[in-house]
Amino acid sequence: MQSLLSFKHGVHPPEHKDITAGIASRRFPFPDEIILPLSQHIGTPAESLVQAGDRVERGDVIAQAAGFISSSVHATASGVVKSIELWPHPNGTMVPSIRIDVDPNSTQMQRPRIVPRWEEVEDEDLSGEIGKAGIVGLGGAAFPSHVKLTPPKDQPIDLLLVNGCECEPYLTSDHRTMLEHPEKVYLGIRIALKALGISRAVIGVEANKPDAIEVMRNTAPHDLDVTVQALQVKYPQGAEKMLIKAVMGREVPSGALPSSIGALVQNVATSANVAAVFTTGQPLIERIITVTGRGIRKPGNWVIPFGTRLRDVINQCGGLTDDAAEIVFGGPMMGLGQANLDVPILKATGGVLVLSRDECKRQDILPCIRCGKCLEVCPVFLNPQLMGALAKAERFEELAADANLGDCMLCGCCSYVCPSNIPLSQLFAASRVQLGRLAKLA
Amino acid sequence: MSGSPIIDSALILGSVGLFFGFLIALVNKKFKVWEDPRIDAVDELLPGTNCGACGVPGCRAFAEAVVSGKQEPSGCTVMGVDDIDDVASYLGVNAGAANKRVARLLCAGGYEEAVQHSDYAGYATCKAAAAVAGGGKGCTWGCLSLADCESSCLLDAIYMNENGLPVVVPERCTACSDCVETCPNDLFVLMPMDQKLIVQCRNLLNGNAAEDLCKVACNACNKCVADSEPGVIEIQNDLAVIDYEKNSLTSPQALTRCPTNAIVWVEGQQFKESSPGSVKTGRVLEQEKQVA
Repeated sequence: MQSLLSFKHGVHPPEHKDITAGIASRRFPFPDEIILPLSQHIGTPAESLVQAGDRVERGDVIAQAAGFISSSVHATASGVVKSIELWPHPNGTMVPSIRIDVDPNSTQMQRPRIVPRWEEVEDEDLSGEIGKAGIVGLGGAAFPSHVKLTPPKDQPIDLLLVNGCECEPYLTSDHRTMLEHPEKVYLGIRIALKALGISRAVIGVEANKPDAIEVMRNTAPHDLDVTVQALQVKYPQGAEKMLIKAVMGREVPSGALPSSIGALVQNVATSANVAAVFTTGQPLIERIITVTGRGIRKPGNWVIPFGTRLRDVINQCGGLTDDAAEIVFGGPMMGLGQANLDVPILKATGGVLVLSRDECKRQDILPCIRCGKCLEVCPVFLNPQLMGALAKAERFEELAADANLGDCMLCGCCSYVCPSNIPLSQLFAASRVQLGRLAKLA
Repeated sequence: MSGSPIIDSALILGSVGLFFGFLIALVNKKFKVWEDPRIDAVDELLPGTNCGACGVPGCRAFAEAVVSGKQEPSGCTVMGVDDIDDVASYLGVNAGAANKRVARLLCAGGYEEAVQHSDYAGYATCKAAAAVAGGGKGCTWGCLSLADCESSCLLDAIYMNENGLPVVVPERCTACSDCVETCPNDLFVLMPMDQKLIVQCRNLLNGNAAEDLCKVACNACNKCVADSEPGVIEIQNDLAVIDYEKNSLTSPQALTRCPTNAIVWVEGQQFKESSPGSVKTGRVLEQEKQVA
C-alpha cells in the first residue's frame, strides 16, 4: 500500500463520524425568524442596506461589504425586516444583526436574476462576482473568498489546493458535500482556476472517507488537471498550512500567507457554493451543516439557512437528550462553545455539536509535569508548555515576542494530549485577546 | 620564596586587598556624586509600595521628583493626608491639592441581579471565560465574577463579595490601574472620590432587552437625564453617560426615578461587604485550588 501523505506531529482523536456520515443531507424547514449578524466573516462588518419594515426576498442583498476585506450578507429567507439590533453572536458578544420575520406563506423561491456565464466573465472580474455573492471560506475561518482569489501581484499562485480533509472529529458536512455534489465542487474548482489564471488543482481528502475519494475520482472531468489525493487520517490535516505541508512538502513561513509559496487553499464546500453562484445565481445563504453528538436526539446533515437560531435547530433535530451538557459550533477541537440558545447559525458554522455528559467529562486542572507531550504534537513546532506557563503568569508580551504566540493556530492538539488537563489553547486564545486590549489601552 | 605557604598567600592576598582598597577609596573621593540627603529622608517617609500610580517608577524616583520640585507630595495616591503633610512640612513645600482617586466598577450585576445563560466550568479566570462565549453570562458586558482583578491587585484593595462583585477598599486603593488593565470586559475606571454619581452599567441594550438580562441594567429610559441639570447626563448608545466635567452640578436627585437603580450616588466604598478577606465565593476557592 502506498504510504499516505501527511505532516509531522498532530494527534488522532476518536473520529465519531459514523453518527452522521451515512445520513444524506436534507433541507431544513424555514424557521419563523432569521437573525443575520452584520459580522459573519473576518474583516470589517457589513453595512446594512435595509430598514425595519422592508420586505426582502430570499437571496436579496441586505448588507453590503464595507471595504475590501469584508463580505455582503444576503437574506436567507423571504419576509419582513423586523429590526436591526444588538443580538447574541456565537463569539460571545452582542453585535448588530438584522432580524427578519419569515413569511410563513412564502414559497421561498428566489427572484429570477441574471446569472453571469462564468466562461464569458473576464478572469479578473470573477472574484468580484464571488465577492458580491458574499462567499467566505466555509472551512471555519470565514475569510472573504474574493480577497483570497486576488493574491498580491508579486506572489503568483501556481497550485489550487481543495480542502476535503474535514479532520475535525464528528463533522461530516464536507464529506456529504463531496458525496452529493461532486459536480458542483468541480465547477467551483474550474471557476477558481480561471480566476487565478492557473491550471492545476489537488483535492486533499483524509483516507477515512474512501467513498468520497472514490466519488471524486470517478467524477473528475478529463479536461481538468486535478488530482484527488488521499491523506493520512490525522488532526489537523485540514489546517491550511498542514495541508500545504502534506501535499506540496513545503512550509509556509512564519507570519506569511500561503500565497507566499504559491498555494491557495479552498474548502470543498466553498467551491460548491461558488458553483451555485454561476449556475442558479444563489448567493451564500445556506450550506450543509452537521448536527451531531450524543446529546441530540436526531443527528443528521441538514441544509440550513444562515440566521436560523440554535434553538430552532435543536428543536427540529428532536431536542436535547437528558444528559446533554455542552453545545459547540464547529468541531470539538476548534469549535466555539455556546452559552445562549438564541445565537444564529453563521456562514462559517460547519457543525452544531451537542456533547453529552460522558463526552465532555469535567476534569480537574492539575499542575504541568513537564512531560513534553504538547511539544511532540504541536504541528507548528511551538513550545506549548512554556507558552502555557507564560500565559498563566500573564506575561503576555513575552508570550508574543519570545514564544511565537502569533504562529499558534489554536488547533488544540496540546490541550488534547495534556495529561494535566491544562486548557492550553484556551489560554492562548485569551492571551491574544488580552494582548489586543493592552495594545488599545497603551 | 621562603616561609610557609600560609603566610605567603596571606601576605599576597592582603597586599592585593589593600591596594584595591586604596584604589576604591581614591575613586570614591575623586568621582563622588553628591546626592541630596533629603531624598533618602523623603524615601523613608513614603509608603514603599512601588506601585507606580504617581507616574514615576517606584517610591525612590517619586522622592527624587518631590525633592526636585517636579511633583507635589500629594502625587502619591497611597499616603493618607497626614503622611502627605509630613512630607510637605519636612521639605517646606505645599502639599498640593489631594484628590484621591480609586477604581470604580461599572457593573453591579452580581449573581443575584444578572442572568446566567449557562455555566462556565473551565479554567477559572475572567480572561479564559471571556474567550468561551463570553463566560455564559447573559449580559456580555458585565462582570464575570472570576476575580482576575482580585488577583491582580498587589495591595489587597480588591476582594470578591458573596454576590460575585469585586469590592474596592478606597483606603487601600492607590489607583495604580492594574485592575483596569486586567479586566477583560473593561469594567474598571479610575475616578476621583468626589465624582459620586456613577452609572454602574455598560449594557448597550435598551428597555426590556436590558432588564431581561440584569435587574440593575441601564435601560436607557432617560429619567436621570431629565432629573439632573441639563447636559450632565446624556444617553449614548442606549447607556446613560455622565459628563464629569460638570461634576459640580451632579446631585443625588438624578437617582430618584431610576427604575433599575443602575445609577447610584457613591460615598466611599462602592459595594457593601464584611471585612476584607473573610468572604470567599465558591469560584474563588476553586481558583485557589488550581493555583496551588
